[in-house]
Amino acid sequence: MTEPFETDVAIVGGGPAGIAAALALRHRGVARVTVLERESEAGGVPRHCGHPPFGLREFGRILSGPAYAARLRLEAVRAGVEIRTRTSVTALGPSGRLALTTPDGTAALAAGRVILATGVREMPRSARLITGDRPVGVLSTGTLQHAIYIERQKPFRRPLIVGTELVSLSAVLTCWKAGIRPVAVVEAASRPTARWPMALFPRLLGIPMHYGAELVDIRGRSRVEAATLRLADGTTRDVDCDGILLTGRFVPESALVRLSHLDVDMGSGGPSIDQFGRCSDPAYFAAGNLLRPVETAGWSFREGKRIGGIVADDLDGRLAPAERTIQIARGEGLKLAVPQRIALPSAEPSLGWIQLRAATGGTGVLSIRDGSAILWEKRLSILPERRILVPLAALLKAGERTDTVEIRFTSDKAG
Amino acid sequence: MMTSQSGLFDVAVIGGGVVGCAVARRFALDGARVLLLERASDILSGASKANSALLHTGFDAPPGSLELACMQAGYREYCEIRERMNLPLLETGAMVVAWSEADLARLDSIEAQARANGVDDVRLMEPAEVLAREPHLATSLRGALLVPGEHVIDPWSAPLAYLKQAVAHGAEVLCNAEVLSGRLDAGLWTLETPRGAVRARIVINCAGLFGDEVETRLLGRSDFIIMPRKGQFVVFDKAASALLTTILLPVPNERTKGVVLARTIFGNVLVGPTAEEQLDRTRADVRQEALRDLVAKAVAMVPGLADMPVTAIYAGLRPATEKKEYRVSAKPELRWITIGGIRSTGLTAALGIARHAASLHAGFDDAGFRPVNDPVWPHMPNLAEHGRRDWQADGHGEIVCHCELVTRREIEQALEGPLAAGDVGGLKRRTRAGMGRCQGFYCQARIAALTEGKFAEPLAVEKADD
Ligand SMILES: Cc1cc2nc3c(=O)[nH]c(=O)nc-3n(C[C@H](O)[C@H](O)[C@H](O)COP(=O)(O)OP(=O)(O)OC[C@H]3O[C@@H](n4cnc5c(N)ncnc54)[C@H](O)[C@@H]3O)c2cc1C
Ligand SMILES: Cc1cc2nc3c(=O)[nH]c(=O)nc-3n(C[C@H](O)[C@H](O)[C@H](O)COP(=O)(O)OP(=O)(O)OC[C@H]3O[C@@H](n4cnc5c(N)ncnc54)[C@H](O)[C@@H]3O)c2cc1C
Repeated sequence: MTEPFETDVAIVGGGPAGIAAALALRHRGVARVTVLERESEAGGVPRHCGHPPFGLREFGRILSGPAYAARLRLEAVRAGVEIRTRTSVTALGPSGRLALTTPDGTAALAAGRVILATGVREMPRSARLITGDRPVGVLSTGTLQHAIYIERQKPFRRPLIVGTELVSLSAVLTCWKAGIRPVAVVEAASRPTARWPMALFPRLLGIPMHYGAELVDIRGRSRVEAATLRLADGTTRDVDCDGILLTGRFVPESALVRLSHLDVDMGSGGPSIDQFGRCSDPAYFAAGNLLRPVETAGWSFREGKRIGGIVADDLDGRLAPAERTIQIARGEGLKLAVPQRIALPSAEPSLGWIQLRAATGGTGVLSIRDGSAILWEKRLSILPERRILVPLAALLKAGERTDTVEIRFTSDKAG
Repeated sequence: MMTSQSGLFDVAVIGGGVVGCAVARRFALDGARVLLLERASDILSGASKANSALLHTGFDAPPGSLELACMQAGYREYCEIRERMNLPLLETGAMVVAWSEADLARLDSIEAQARANGVDDVRLMEPAEVLAREPHLATSLRGALLVPGEHVIDPWSAPLAYLKQAVAHGAEVLCNAEVLSGRLDAGLWTLETPRGAVRARIVINCAGLFGDEVETRLLGRSDFIIMPRKGQFVVFDKAASALLTTILLPVPNERTKGVVLARTIFGNVLVGPTAEEQLDRTRADVRQEALRDLVAKAVAMVPGLADMPVTAIYAGLRPATEKKEYRVSAKPELRWITIGGIRSTGLTAALGIARHAASLHAGFDDAGFRPVNDPVWPHMPNLAEHGRRDWQADGHGEIVCHCELVTRREIEQALEGPLAAGDVGGLKRRTRAGMGRCQGFYCQARIAALTEGKFAEPLAVEKADD
């Protein structure tokens, strides 16, 4: 057990969002800003994204992931941020009391404010309830990148890749650079989830792409030996492979939040916040991809910076406690809506928008409703997993009258 | 795991499941020179790899059966020795919950059977009392029978501790040593394995799912047939443990035995098992449909589970036979003891079965070793969520598995000594590494590096060059 210590703001997680928040707080003159990072170095996910482009808007140059992570660390040191690595936060207590473990044992930390920035990860095989044996060789992109770029080891030679999100493209690239030859890419939808390069790129490398196809069986006694696919035409096909790479299907790394007193939003999988990033306990804020799956490093950085500034305001006594809240109900067609509530009185700076994701794509009408009254609406075309932003102002007008608004997306087809 | 193979052993135990481990311990404590032979690259690779991990009272076991006697003796001995070995016990109690009128009608006879089996502390509960004890249960329940003595244990540390104690008293363990054939010559068995021939005065067949095959290979015939019965499970996030304390047991009916909802010793909640007959003795695969069905059943019992992410999925195979009862027998003239068909209660019963095996051996004409006076009690690393773990102590090196808070020191220790983990499954069973909600997303690459050169099936296939 090490000595209990105190800090003005503790930041859980030293990825782009956490470091950006720390920089903003230091720039605003907050004395003690402590980043708690469980890995041996800060930087977050970009540490093992061995490819560009990172950092264009933040640092005005195009960097690889590891270079971007190194830049984050450098900026933090320059700004006088205290980074404690190999420090895992194990529990969140009321009013900013954190339990930690370090190689020297457990410790307690009392923080004036806490910013949670623990990021996202990919959904594992178990939570996807995938049929089959449970051999060695089933993993996700993050694990692959960690293996290749940090540990310099190959987890397989001929994997089957599942998914076509942007990260799936990174997965194909990572494999290719390491001399790993994917045997095929499968996607349950009829088109790639990510934009154009995904459609083209594997094909250029000669990797077969199967749309409308599903992984229905994994076989292998100790290591993966084969997989079975159900193809779009209903037939099944066996594929020889020595690994399965499950890409994307991001979920917030919200373990701490789920086990704490803070409210969790089942739609986003992250903590429930107001437009200031404030959690259900006002000593806690959250930023970055913990809030929702999934945005880029750049987005997470900017979000972290903004929340850092808001927390500085709060410490200065300039963020009013919520007198009243408007709950945002996620209606039909929507997978998530963040923030989950609006605190009144509102103020600026705030997150500035409501971020939405649709369950399925299509053309239709996005509307904000108070009971049967339509407060705001807009026609648009959307794709699944793509960000939709609704300006906060559209909602604030409504807030004068109601405690709950509903946001829904009514697709033309469904109608 | 090398052995003085030229040596002659008093007892060769075939199979390193929970039963083989307990038997090895019993005979080692009784003073025998024991050799345990395991076909896989680590112990606990068969039926004992995957179960519900409940310590049963035997309240619903067949009255007068060997199974019941062994379960109750096993239960008693586990409770006697567990503190000395630092083995956990999560004292949850269980409720046999009635969800229908038909279920409710059966509770009386279950209560009567429990009393007949000597489990006297059972008690019927009204719905209101059940809900007061477990407020997150679906309110549609009709009543329950409380069985206070049913508990949750660590299904892997316990057998490992038994075998560790055997090793401390001179037992030897050979993995990757499938017994392929053997012959009895002048009262001495010679067993052929891929790691060479070994000799022993007595053979105890604890081969679980291959029990009949070992009989056929070595004796020419088997009195029973193993009919594997698969059980699939879903494990929910640790946050789910706020929703349930008591083990929920189903009221068995003619068609199905139903599924259990229980806490795990590692702080999660599990639902399962299914019961599916199959021919394959090794393939314990999971099937999406069955898993979905288990989740639905769990949510029907505890609606709050609908919001809980799934952490893990797994399946185990019960070494069932054509009869319900254990298939245990001794053939003194063949210097052979069979412990077969330890179907679905072996974790509880293992220590009792081992005592029974020792009593069978007393009937052999050479019987009588000199028992150990002052046994060594190995102190197991605690993996239970409710106990103190290594991450809470100084100098643990670093956290390697973040979800389960497994330290580098724990991993290094699991890779050392005569019972070192032989594969990644063995490492999980000894440490919990990679068992948590991210299932290795954050730690698997690191574990691959820490275990390089140690496992039969390595996590990394080769170096990545720049
Ligand atoms: C596999 C994968 C690939 C990706 N590829 C790209 C890409 O190519 N480009 C892109 O723009 N975005 C990519 N992303 C999205 C990525 O989430 C963002 O780039 C960005 O890293 C989000 O920043 P963050 O600070 O919110 O979280 P992270 O970068 O994930 O940082 C979270 C930090 O919190 C730490 N942490 C977590 N829990 C604890 C705890 N209990 N105690 C202490 N520390 C803790 C973690 O160790 C980590 O360092 C990828 C994401 C994944 C999962
Ligand atoms: C789904 C399920 C749920 C269960 N729940 C519970 C519970 O809650 N409580 C409880 O008490 N019990 C439970 N059980 C029962 C318990 O798990 C079994 O009774 C027990 O594991 C049987 O152990 P065993 O040692 O007989 O067999 P095994 O574990 O199969 O051990 C036999 C070993 O012998 C080895 N072997 C086989 N052939 C050879 C050979 N030729 N040479 C060398 N080695 C060989 C195998 O590799 C294996 O390791 C459950 C079982 C299942 C499947």
